[in-house]
Amino acid sequence: MKKSLLLIMTLVLSITLAACGGGNNAPANTPNNTAGTNGGTNSGTGNKPEETTDKELEGSILAVGSSAMAPLVEQAANKFMDENGKVTVLVQAGGSGTGLTQVSEGQSDIGNSDIFAQEKFKDDEAAKADELVDHQVAVVAMAAVVNPAVGVDNLTKDQLVQIFNGDMKNWSEVGGADQEIVIVNRPSSSGTRKTFESYALGAASPDLPGQIQEESSGNVKKLVSETPGAIGYLALSYLDDSVTALSYDGIEPSEDNVKSGKYPIWAYQHMYTKGEPNEIVQAFLDFMLSDEVQNNDVVELGYIPAAAMTITRDVDGNVSPK
Amino acid sequence: MKERVTLEHPKVNLEHPKVKPSKQHLTEEWVGKLYTWFCIIFLIITIFSMVYFVASRGSATFIKNGINVWEFITGTTWQPDAKPPILGALPFIFGSFSTSIMAALIAAPLGFCAAIFMTEIMPKYGRRYLQPVIELLAGIPSVVYGFVGLSVIVPFLRDTFPGQGLGLAAGALVLSIMILPTITTIATDALSALPGGLKEGAYALGATRWQTIYRIVLPTTFPALMTGVVLGISRAFGEALAVQMVIGNAPFLPRSLFDSTSTLTSVITLSMGNTVAGSAHNNALWSLALILMLMTFVFVFIVRWLERRTKV
Repeated sequence: MKKSLLLIMTLVLSITLAACGGGNNAPANTPNNTAGTNGGTNSGTGNKPEETTDKELEGSILAVGSSAMAPLVEQAANKFMDENGKVTVLVQAGGSGTGLTQVSEGQSDIGNSDIFAQEKFKDDEAAKADELVDHQVAVVAMAAVVNPAVGVDNLTKDQLVQIFNGDMKNWSEVGGADQEIVIVNRPSSSGTRKTFESYALGAASPDLPGQIQEESSGNVKKLVSETPGAIGYLALSYLDDSVTALSYDGIEPSEDNVKSGKYPIWAYQHMYTKGEPNEIVQAFLDFMLSDEVQNNDVVELGYIPAAAMTITRDVDGNVSPK
Repeated sequence: MKERVTLEHPKVNLEHPKVKPSKQHLTEEWVGKLYTWFCIIFLIITIFSMVYFVASRGSATFIKNGINVWEFITGTTWQPDAKPPILGALPFIFGSFSTSIMAALIAAPLGFCAAIFMTEIMPKYGRRYLQPVIELLAGIPSVVYGFVGLSVIVPFLRDTFPGQGLGLAAGALVLSIMILPTITTIATDALSALPGGLKEGAYALGATRWQTIYRIVLPTTFPALMTGVVLGISRAFGEALAVQMVIGNAPFLPRSLFDSTSTLTSVITLSMGNTVAGSAHNNALWSLALILMLMTFVFVFIVRWLERRTKV
């Protein structure tokens, strides 16, 4: 009896060690396991082959990165898994910085990012950006948001800069309620923060004492809606009635204003791969760029199809008509 | 008749009718030894590799990037993205220590009183009902504590005290609830291990129950109670997720009890995934992890020293 117990335990130990050893190819931390199980249970239904060679797609894809992109990629991933029962697509947030770092180190297949890779990998790391291939799947606009009780719905660029630099301390200075201004920022590595800083403020905003830093856009929304006097910034896909979106220099953060280029606070949603993507990743990217996703999910969730923009912008911020 | 032979085998001391241990027993002996040796070696290798990994990455900040150790520990400005990076970790060290010690100050009296209640005042019900309830608190995942803190404690602090609710006080409160079961459980064990003769002697001399508790029980078990407190502090020191959700994460020294600040663990949680391996920012975070690990060693030392001083 003791011997068999010993044997079983040794077996368990060896299997664990083997799994750890072979685990470098599989996705490591996967909190979004619901995506995986959905793919598994749906394998009975749509087994349509996705390509002309009549071979069924099989495998797994790990997409890590921007929390601004996460809702879109997750919804598209669920649809993709419905159509390809043997493929598992796992989407994790963590910030654009995480996405770029992980795809460049080979830990994930796709890196979702709100910023160009060249903006993150600069100077001595510029070679890393050259290895990554960019796929721009959508455009997301961002707006400054305030707690509804503040009573302000428009801020000029100067006022925003003063607020985020800590020079302005009370909402009454811009015509709002008499409340102290509380900044809810993202960590310095966040793509949402970098986009906001580049296009709304024009310069990096410092970390200030007393400021709150939250890890994801979801938490920012929760805090801004609950804290009196709070100001933050969110992708339009996160907006709802619990926060007030501010106009920038009098221009409303609406889709039409972004498409025409009038509203400047927007960013491409990049899905980076290291080198050319393999078969299933390419199939997923094609799916993201297909009409089904671009005209349904993208619009439904509050993003803008990349094709609908009338202007393009490159990594240095130069805008030109398409 | 069978003779009882006592074997003088150095490792196996059997009184056995046969002359030497059977092959089966020898095999079992060796298999067992091998297996346990294997487990221990595996454990030691794991621990040493982890210590080596953290130490090598953490010291890269000082060796490769040329940051002065003293400036790192006492500097108050944290701007790892500046060129050159300014790395002063004092806000985080201060944040970690202050939240842990404040949490212990809140939880220790509560824990001791709960333990005294369970062992002295109502020992029968205490053992059966109260102790499982308190151990339930220990089993709740830390992210749940953080979420509850964010939804309940932060709005309460925001309405009652100046500030935004998120800050040092919120962090200390959430941590104190988390370490309460640790302190209570160890205190209960310490108090119930007290020999009955001590208390009975006090009663015989005419002391009341509270005099006994105050003057005999507590001072005698003091080192053991302190062990519980130090273990609680070390748990609070290492807590990452719950603290990060309620502490505000501004990388500055707090200007008041209700100001947003950071701890060593919260800044690592917030920034680690976004930094590139090998960059100065990443190495700096590893140095913070190294500080955390060294503090864990210090706590273990203190606990061992206290255990040696236990008089009972």
